[in-house]
Amino acid sequence: MLTDSINWMAGGPQGSGVDTAANIFGKACGYGGLYVFGRREYHSNIKGLHSYFHLRISQKELLANINDVNLLAAFDAETAVRHIDEVLPEGGVIVDSKDSNQKVLDIPTFPPEYIEELSKRLKEKNIGETLEDMLQNARDRGVRIFPVPYSDLISKIGEKLGIPQMSKITRIINVLTIGVSFGLLKFDRNLAEKAVRSTFAEKEKIAEMNVMALNHAYDYAEQNFKDGLKYRLEKTDSGEERLFLTGNQAVAMGKVLGGCRVQTYYPITPAADESEYIESHQIMKTSDEDEAVVVIQTEDEIAAVNSASGAALAGARAATSTSGPGFSLMVEGLSWAGNSEVPLVITYYQRGAPATGLPTRHGQGDLRFAMHAGHGEFPRIILASGDIKECFYDAANVFNLAEKYQMPVIHLLDKAMANCSQTYPIFDHSTFKIERGELLTEKDLEGKEYKRFRFTETGISPRVALGTKNGLHYYTGDEHNESGHISEEPLNRRLMIEKRMKKLDMVAREVPIEDKMKLYGDTNSENIVVSWGSPKGAIIESIETLKQEGFSIAFIQVRLIHPLPTEEVKKALEGKKRIIDIEENYTGQLGGIIKEQTGISPNFHILKYTGRPMTTTEVYNALKAVLTDKSSVKEVLMFGA
Amino acid sequence: MGLKASDFRVPEVYADWCPGCGDFGIMNSLQMAFAELGFDPQDIVMVSGIGCSGKEAHNVKCYGVHTLHGRTLPFAMGIKVANPNLEVLAIGGDGDGLGIGAGHFVNAGRRNIDMTYIIHNNGVYGLTKGQASPTLGLGIQTKALPKPNINEAVNSIGLAIISGFTFAARSYAYDVRHLKDIIKQAIQHKGLAFIDCLQPCPTYNNITTKSWYAGEDRKDESGKPQSRLYKLEEEGFDPVVHDWNEDFDKKVGALNKAREWGDRIPTGVFYKNELEPTFGDRLKDRIPFYFERPPAKQKLKNENGFSTVDLSEFMAELRTS
Repeated sequence: MLTDSINWMAGGPQGSGVDTAANIFGKACGYGGLYVFGRREYHSNIKGLHSYFHLRISQKELLANINDVNLLAAFDAETAVRHIDEVLPEGGVIVDSKDSNQKVLDIPTFPPEYIEELSKRLKEKNIGETLEDMLQNARDRGVRIFPVPYSDLISKIGEKLGIPQMSKITRIINVLTIGVSFGLLKFDRNLAEKAVRSTFAEKEKIAEMNVMALNHAYDYAEQNFKDGLKYRLEKTDSGEERLFLTGNQAVAMGKVLGGCRVQTYYPITPAADESEYIESHQIMKTSDEDEAVVVIQTEDEIAAVNSASGAALAGARAATSTSGPGFSLMVEGLSWAGNSEVPLVITYYQRGAPATGLPTRHGQGDLRFAMHAGHGEFPRIILASGDIKECFYDAANVFNLAEKYQMPVIHLLDKAMANCSQTYPIFDHSTFKIERGELLTEKDLEGKEYKRFRFTETGISPRVALGTKNGLHYYTGDEHNESGHISEEPLNRRLMIEKRMKKLDMVAREVPIEDKMKLYGDTNSENIVVSWGSPKGAIIESIETLKQEGFSIAFIQVRLIHPLPTEEVKKALEGKKRIIDIEENYTGQLGGIIKEQTGISPNFHILKYTGRPMTTTEVYNALKAVLTDKSSVKEVLMFGA
Repeated sequence: MGLKASDFRVPEVYADWCPGCGDFGIMNSLQMAFAELGFDPQDIVMVSGIGCSGKEAHNVKCYGVHTLHGRTLPFAMGIKVANPNLEVLAIGGDGDGLGIGAGHFVNAGRRNIDMTYIIHNNGVYGLTKGQASPTLGLGIQTKALPKPNINEAVNSIGLAIISGFTFAARSYAYDVRHLKDIIKQAIQHKGLAFIDCLQPCPTYNNITTKSWYAGEDRKDESGKPQSRLYKLEEEGFDPVVHDWNEDFDKKVGALNKAREWGDRIPTGVFYKNELEPTFGDRLKDRIPFYFERPPAKQKLKNENGFSTVDLSEFMAELRTS
């Protein structure tokens, strides 16, 4: 199943339009009824450093990325150098003809540690010092090289359009590479045109210029590379309505569907795109009167979390969205929200940490932090999504959880999901139920004495929004009595802690099993994978392939990280011969938590902490090694530039 | 018949400030102001920070939210934005607002949210036993300090004005009537109002004491103490910006007054500008129905409990068909 997709990669210096190119390419494929899964990699840099986008395209549904590249569109020499070994023997590389004499070790954006690695590689393979030497080496193993004189093409397009300064618009290289790519793959150029027009929908002149560039490059490829590639990218009639979207966009839509009406944030990668997307659509059509989300960019994450809490107390569904460094600043506010039983939602996109870490890269190192952050003991819910559908559904559902159980909910995501671009069937917005829990109105309160933190059997005290008539009450970060006033009395203290903590029992009882964990594969197998978050797709694709090869293996995806569905997880793991923990961190954090809470420990770990997400290729190879007893107990994966 | 100040008391809570603490005066002024403005307790939300002043939120009958150290303004902002129909007051100490929360102070000014912020300014961190607060001057050694203060004081009124607060005033916790009037004006002001409320700390501040403010160390020939406090309104000072052309001069005038300290300390309104759009006005420009259906008052679900949101417009630009 790994071979029935076409894999296109575009790469170039940041600011040269790599993302735009990938979006146009992906959209065009989407218009052609194809499934697309895209992975975006970029430096923490505005202009100049290497970025790339890997798009996997197929007629079958795709869940993850793989290592292979069938066609590499290199905007610059660096891209060709970094990725040429990923190109399959019958694949192709589109390069700028002017780059062929570039001495590869002199590329100024290479850091010293990469130059060392590269020079070793060149020496080992006996390759010369120029890009042409590397390209020749690739040709020797069957790769087709397609040199394109971009500056000549740009001048010619400029002449046609009567723009003499055209040669200065190097940015258009991105559309030229798409044109050449689609020309080589013999893809329907009308769909490519449509994608270009849709991308530049608000700028007619620019759209026209890009369409012309696209066609010019398409023709150039047809005329000059007659042998082309053996691959064809053929459109199909899927008969299904789909979206081409990112994880950030799926979360944003889930949130507004779930009733989020105040969203606060401080700019941080990879969370900020979500808030900006919400703000750009802040007024929503509904089945009734229009509604709107207020999005506030605060002065820091401390203000973000606490103003979201304030909004939640006033009765709005409120959330904040951040990444690790921002969440670190939110921790005191989280503790306050736990103590005051605030229905607060925190959308938490993990990235490479600790400290600033790998700010634009991926990681899953914050699971234990999300679980334990905050001084003292207070209840919280942590729900981890594993794919774009869960991103959407969970982003809505976390508001129900927060309000029903009156506690902070952390929706745990990661950079790989945030920045992946994927085709997915359109979301159904008609079936999501809003459950606000015990929220009393003015009428409910009439003639009754109200206490915000009344002791109840379940620990849940009916809630009242600030400003509601007949519902006067107080909040404090101090320990408090039932009215919400400060109390340091020992008995009250004991009862309050117990009241808050026992709400978790209710969560554990009531959350439906599919939100707690999902089981895949052959559940009777003696082999089982445990994982969480974005490795899900690569794991499912791997176990399906392994099944076709006769291997039996199951997979539990843990979704409710806290409170962990201990009994259910234990039951799934008991008696298994090989328990394989797959995570994108160093210590196998979920595996450790499972061991603490069930007494059962994973006996194999497949881990990755390079800042790049796992591919199906890697997971498949590592799992196969475990199943054939060729693996050590801990495998560390390394793929990806 | 409206409520009386005494109707805003909270009899079940013992106000545990030290005898003679200015917090009592501020509490009384708040209760009087709310009664005179004809408020109902449930229309008001008092948000406070940490320190002795934080307890103010428990001692006035209204919705009270006693938050974290320095975070009064972010909580208050969230509440006001979610439901702009609420009367929101933020209350905090000088360390709370100008030390740990100084970033929020400055950024709240940029938003001009229609609410009131009162700082209890006594120069010390009382609840942690008398350390120097950001309003204590350089070289001053209050009694709990092992050495004289090594930091200069921040000018709270000046900082408020240059940060964008559109109302800046000062009063004194022992002048309950004046403080009450200033609180009323601040609440009625359209925009973000700041009150620097001077207040002795009878336990830890032995320098700027009640008798120091009263000028008992500087009696005139007849033996009458010469108060260090004076009222701007009694000297014909006009703080109001009637037209944008006046704004610069009014600001400079206010900043000049804000520099005065020592033997002549101005109280009253330093600056007032209602021409600047509030955060709510700015939101209304983007969301025409913001005040009618603010975030806390939207329906979210239909009669069957399903979300009312139609995502078609969100999805339109993402569709592949």
